[in-house]
Amino acid sequence: MSKIHISTRINGDEVEYLCEPSETLLDVLRDRLNLTGAKEGCGTGDCGACSVMLDGRLVCSCLVLGAEVEGSAIETVEGVGTLDALHPVQRHILEHAALQCGICTPGIVVAAKALLEKNADPSESEIRYWLAGNLCRCTGYDKIIRAVQAAAAEMRGAQI
Amino acid sequence: MKQDFKILGTRPMRPDGLDKVTGKALFGADKSATGMLHARILRSPHAHAEILSINTSKARALPGVKAVITGDDFADVDSRWTRYTMQNCMAQGRALYDGHAVAAVAAVSKKVAAAALELIEVDYKILPHVTDVDEAMQPGAPVLHEGVKGRGLGEDVSGNTVGYYSFGHGDIEAGFGAADEIIERSFKTAATHQGYIEPHACLADLGADGRGELWCSTQGHYMVRELCAEILHIDASQLRVTASEIGGGFGGKTTVFIEPVALKLSQISGKPVKLVMSREEVFRASGPTMSSSIEVKIGMTKAGKITAAHAKLRYQGGAFPYQMVMMGAMSAFAAYDLEHVQSEGWDVMTNRPKMISYRAPGAPMAVYGVESVIDELCQKLGLDPIDTRLLNAAREGTKSSYGPTFKAIGLVEALEAAKAHPHYSAPLAANTGRGIACGFWFNFGGQVSVSMAINADGTVNLIEGNPDIGGSRASISMMAAEALGIGYERIRTIVGDTASVGFSDVTDGSRVTFAVGIATIKAANAAIKEMCKRAAKIWEIDEDAVEWVDGAAQPTGHNAGNFPPMSLAEIAASSGKTGGPIAGHHEGAPDKAGVSFGVHLVDVEVDPETGFTSIKRYTAFQDVGKAIHPSYVEGQIQGGAVQGIGWALNEEYIYGEDGLLQNPGFLDYRIPVASDLPMIDPVIIEVPNPGHPYGVRGCGETAIVPPLAAVSNGVSRAIGKRMFALPMSPPRILKAI
Amino acid sequence: MARVVIFGSLRALTAGEAEIEIEASTTRELLDKLVARYPALEETVAAGISLAIDGEVFKEAWFTPIGADSEVVVMPLMVGG
Repeated sequence: MSKIHISTRINGDEVEYLCEPSETLLDVLRDRLNLTGAKEGCGTGDCGACSVMLDGRLVCSCLVLGAEVEGSAIETVEGVGTLDALHPVQRHILEHAALQCGICTPGIVVAAKALLEKNADPSESEIRYWLAGNLCRCTGYDKIIRAVQAAAAEMRGAQI
Repeated sequence: MKQDFKILGTRPMRPDGLDKVTGKALFGADKSATGMLHARILRSPHAHAEILSINTSKARALPGVKAVITGDDFADVDSRWTRYTMQNCMAQGRALYDGHAVAAVAAVSKKVAAAALELIEVDYKILPHVTDVDEAMQPGAPVLHEGVKGRGLGEDVSGNTVGYYSFGHGDIEAGFGAADEIIERSFKTAATHQGYIEPHACLADLGADGRGELWCSTQGHYMVRELCAEILHIDASQLRVTASEIGGGFGGKTTVFIEPVALKLSQISGKPVKLVMSREEVFRASGPTMSSSIEVKIGMTKAGKITAAHAKLRYQGGAFPYQMVMMGAMSAFAAYDLEHVQSEGWDVMTNRPKMISYRAPGAPMAVYGVESVIDELCQKLGLDPIDTRLLNAAREGTKSSYGPTFKAIGLVEALEAAKAHPHYSAPLAANTGRGIACGFWFNFGGQVSVSMAINADGTVNLIEGNPDIGGSRASISMMAAEALGIGYERIRTIVGDTASVGFSDVTDGSRVTFAVGIATIKAANAAIKEMCKRAAKIWEIDEDAVEWVDGAAQPTGHNAGNFPPMSLAEIAASSGKTGGPIAGHHEGAPDKAGVSFGVHLVDVEVDPETGFTSIKRYTAFQDVGKAIHPSYVEGQIQGGAVQGIGWALNEEYIYGEDGLLQNPGFLDYRIPVASDLPMIDPVIIEVPNPGHPYGVRGCGETAIVPPLAAVSNGVSRAIGKRMFALPMSPPRILKAI
Repeated sequence: MARVVIFGSLRALTAGEAEIEIEASTTRELLDKLVARYPALEETVAAGISLAIDGEVFKEAWFTPIGADSEVVVMPLMVGG
């Protein structure tokens, strides 16, 4: 079977590519488009390191086919924040030392940003359950949760 | 020793942080090369089998396949330890575990590589297998390798028993005779995996002339170079290895699994080859830690004094000879001042993947057994667990159970901090138990090389050879800044490739902040000496009359001269005219690393209907000597504690009767997720290590040692029944209740 | 005279001796003399051992000085993770 042609929007840019029917969106991002921010930690949707936004929904890109995003809008970690200004989630992760090796960080950034867009004042428990799909082996999650709490507070305009 | 610091103890931003929150940082699988091939490995579906033949002709004939290799493509090596590593990377003659590599292909795409694997025909003759440590030790068990039985071992153990170690002093029989209460228990722990989220990955480019480039995710790129050069019979100087950013290691990336295979495929195909392990391959065929079968016997007086202690540790480390139980035997009783103590250990082979280090390797299981028995004794005798430990605690001057006499250590400080902490006196809710345990790790020194260049604009470039697994580049820059007397932001520390700076031992053993730190300070001092020399020349005074204070050269006194201080930046600016570039370097093998102790306190709630355990509160106390960057020290303590929680409650390698691994994925190999845990409170204790100019001890490993017993003790107290096996998953707790 | 303490399972190679007196001023000298006295130790020493001198651990360092009354503990080569 020949490759499939897809047109889509990634981080605001129009993108076109050819992919095999069996390729995942994660494979396409990493191998064809050089967007290596999303990581393959497991390939089976268990670790969240490949998290991206697909039409406003948080998904594991290893569970989405490259061929099924025709006409969709995708946001990866590379699209979070700008050159001049990191997103508060990114900034607070740095300030709270909420990363050690950093492999889970892109997934956490995308997932946490998605949470705060849905729920501006999440409880600790809500943050933990939202991020339960993002495995981290280095930090024990403590500083990550604090970073997300701090980012949420900043985004609400509250005094920290 | 220097005590008042300007930079150490602050929390500056780490240099790789921006790249890591934006997805820009390059990990092992993030690099590509022009003309690159994709490689895949064919793995044994049997736990133990003779490989009668491998027919690769159909695979070779598939369009797009550029190289196919088997164990026949690897010539023998002199060192038997390297041979084991090589044969683990690619089987020769026999497949020794489910997942053992038997062949590999490199092809123009992942799709073609996968198709090629299907075309390789392997003729196996299935052999009997053994996966349990005690079964493997029994005479009559299938033996994995002949002729490697531990010296001096008798006929009562099988040829799978590759080593026996014993440590201790005194007369344990006499000691037990003096006890009021003796408890002896058997424990079992399952094999666990380091669980790093980044699978092994590399990009290899090796020419027919032996010149090569290798990009890989590793804790030690010099180790990779040495092993690959030996296995491939090329010169070390010709293979340049670059360490990518590493997505977790915890000891699991201190050896090679796929790198020699990728290099060989590259050499044969003449193209760069990218090889990445899938998650399933990581579980089946990288290096989990040992499973264990343990007996611990401890005697105690009514007042809580330990009169004798004896531990027997049987570890299985997979399909090749190895040495690790000694670390468990040495650390088992390290926290205690004992007159009569013995710990014995046996290393055993089984048809499982070849073990490699996992954060304080060997210690967590041994300490789990010891701390559990001590807790049971405290319960039986009605004694406070912390007071009992204080009564028996090792201190400066204690002759340790593994031999050396301790210098300054921080166990008592950690115990006292735990006792005074509000957590210890907080009321307990229903179905909740409080567990406490001590832990210990040796920490190491080892070889390091640091090269430091002072740039003309007054900034500094530092190259070192240790992959950064937890923020060490920040700590190293901080120590350089402290030594030079300049701002942290003026220094850029990078991890150089193997061709750019001298040899460094792997990043392990909680050694980098300590050892690279010492080399950094010495390199800085060498640069300072040169800068003082330049200032002396400019001022036309004696070299001895110049000293370095607060980042500048100044005359030692009015007699020397009345010159205003000359800053590092000023000296650097004119360096081209005063003698050339200014640099400092240091290569060495620092020793005198300081041991570190930890004390963990945990409240666990067990649901009596489901057996589900939730961690309600966790406080971890640890002596780190000197916290260079407190945030990253806290991170190490928290991370190690949570790995220990996973080990205690959920994580295990599950093997069927057929010897095949049943749960090679994150769904069924359940590591802790964010919703499983509360905040983990780290309490940093600082009893400086006299062997380091700033008092640094290692801190990365100790934190995984106490949690297994702390959680088990908590669960045991919550349900009113002692638990003797890990993990304490819900079905097992329900069975016990 | 350095007092050399041999860890448990190695005592089988030193005819059961747990503590041995040896005159040596560096670790290399000490190891050479130890092996000369107990040739069965040669393979173990060649494979690599650690020494703790008055409580401080040294990994395979040949030229570390040993004091007149030092306690030297012979231990296996240790690794971390």
